[in-house]
Amino acid sequence: MIELHNVKKVFNAGNPSEFSAINGVNLHIEENKVTVLKGPSGSGKTTLLSIVGCMSRPSAGRVKLKDREITSLPERFLTDIRRSTFGFIFQQPNLIKGISVLENVMLPAYPLGGSRLHLKNKALHSLAELNLTNKATSKVEWLSGGEAQRVSIVRALINDPSIIIADEPTAHLDTKLSYRFMEIIEKFKADGKTVIITSHDPLVYDSTIVDRVVNFRDGQIEDKPA
Amino acid sequence: MNHWLQKQRYIIDFTISSLLRRKVKNLGLLALYSLIVFILASTMFFTYSIKKEAALILQSSPEIVVQKIVAGRHDLLPVSYLDGIKKIRGVAKVESRLWGYYYDSLVKANYTVLTPPHEVTETPTESKKPVVTREAEAEIKPLFDWHGTKLESGNLIIGNGVARMRELGKDDYMPFRAHDGTILNFKIADVLSAESELVSSDLLMMTEDDFRKLFGIEPQFVTDATVVVKNPSEMGMIALKIKERLIDSRPIIRDEILRTYDSIFNWRGGMMIVIFSAAVLAFVIFAWDKASGLSAGERHEIGILKAIGWETGDVIEMKFWEGAIISLTAFFSGVIFAYIHVFFAGSPVFEPALKGWSSLYPNFKLTPFVNIEQLTTLFFLTVVPYTVATIVPIWRAATIDPDTAMRNTGE
Repeated sequence: MIELHNVKKVFNAGNPSEFSAINGVNLHIEENKVTVLKGPSGSGKTTLLSIVGCMSRPSAGRVKLKDREITSLPERFLTDIRRSTFGFIFQQPNLIKGISVLENVMLPAYPLGGSRLHLKNKALHSLAELNLTNKATSKVEWLSGGEAQRVSIVRALINDPSIIIADEPTAHLDTKLSYRFMEIIEKFKADGKTVIITSHDPLVYDSTIVDRVVNFRDGQIEDKPA
Repeated sequence: MNHWLQKQRYIIDFTISSLLRRKVKNLGLLALYSLIVFILASTMFFTYSIKKEAALILQSSPEIVVQKIVAGRHDLLPVSYLDGIKKIRGVAKVESRLWGYYYDSLVKANYTVLTPPHEVTETPTESKKPVVTREAEAEIKPLFDWHGTKLESGNLIIGNGVARMRELGKDDYMPFRAHDGTILNFKIADVLSAESELVSSDLLMMTEDDFRKLFGIEPQFVTDATVVVKNPSEMGMIALKIKERLIDSRPIIRDEILRTYDSIFNWRGGMMIVIFSAAVLAFVIFAWDKASGLSAGERHEIGILKAIGWETGDVIEMKFWEGAIISLTAFFSGVIFAYIHVFFAGSPVFEPALKGWSSLYPNFKLTPFVNIEQLTTLFFLTVVPYTVATIVPIWRAATIDPDTAMRNTGE
């Protein structure tokens, strides 16, 4: 589904502070599977994830999504792909403060301009699935950590993406909430979605629902199996 | 199209809730912005309307006023001059006028003392008799009205400003010190209508005999003369002929008076704007800082929005609506408050500076005249710069990679 060919990412190129985060990565991510990018902090997992999710471009190499080369697409097309194909769950919930849970969940769908009633019903339905119905009108700053994480999951799903990208999703969750998160991931898999997670949490990469673990270190994939 | 409209609605909704999130800051900005528009619009409404009002009232003033000049100063006009003017071809009517100023030390104010023209005082039977009117100009406002009261010797008709300041009304008595030191006591027969207060606020009207007694003017002299011409387009030519025939006279045509009024109110309006320009400048600096600077929080939010699928264009649209909502709200509330302030509340803020009538301020309601051109200029000077100022920094912010949202605490 997603193919990376010799992908490199260099920050501050040409400056004394030049730093190479990804060094020639080749990777094939299969459809309807849960793939975990495992590695220590600073290994380049998040950078790779942002390239896969069309949030940034590689400095070199090619990225293919469903056999379509997307590396050189203009920003507008990348946004379109990002919006329709990917759902993002960040390490921090990254919710917008001061507005309600419902509004936060509906935000990714605003640029599409669909019917408000339909969108609202869909958001409420998704919130109900994660036991957040009674929080719909609450402001996000009133939520607990677990609730905020679940809201960010609902937000990631509002545009029906086929690929879910989660960056260190359990970093700020306790064990119970981390298990709960993995149950949700299992459900995504059952719904036919592709899931890519970065994590160095054993609770994630040792989970039975994970199909593949890719070891990452110093911007490269380690050859030895996980 | 429907999708586009719906998208705009979503973005506007989100923008409004974004603005409400920073309620205190944005309400403060809105209040200050509205105040600036209010001041500018009030000055504009006031100056324009007062000029228009004065022009309308002065439309019915004499076409030519002839004064005598001695050593460059206004002197009494000999009655014999009137015959000379009457003989000039094109002159329809010549009337003498007696008027002057009286200083009331009690209230430290100057009054304008006037005697009504003969033909009006002889037949004051109609209920409302304008002092100067022409049949063909029925729609033109009379210079001032009174309620048909007959002016008799020993009686006085006073302007509204005088009545207010001296707390006098009909049938009260008002004492005057004559030129020779004697005290003359006049009975107030009536108070002039409030509608013409702009020109009649400080007015006192008395009979010719009383006037001559008060100021000691001999019967062979008058203050000046008014001339009505047959063809208004010949006004300038007739003024020239008067000047040729009576070398020591100064004919003043109506257009010159109108021009003087125009420049006086333009100057006053300009002065107000100069005074408030410091406030405008302070606002511009504040607004520029607010509109052009993006806080770290705002940059992070833009990163989130882009990460969840908003395009750069959507973010710019959001910021455009933010600027437009603030500036349009400020513009309309400022203009509406200015309209109420000037046309309903009597401009309490600017009254002393703009009306200026020695210490006797006219108290009158302006007829609403709104100049669309000026309003459009105000719109372009307030709404457009602010809206543009909010969009410009977004072009820079729009280049934020959406992955900054991920990188906030990521690796």
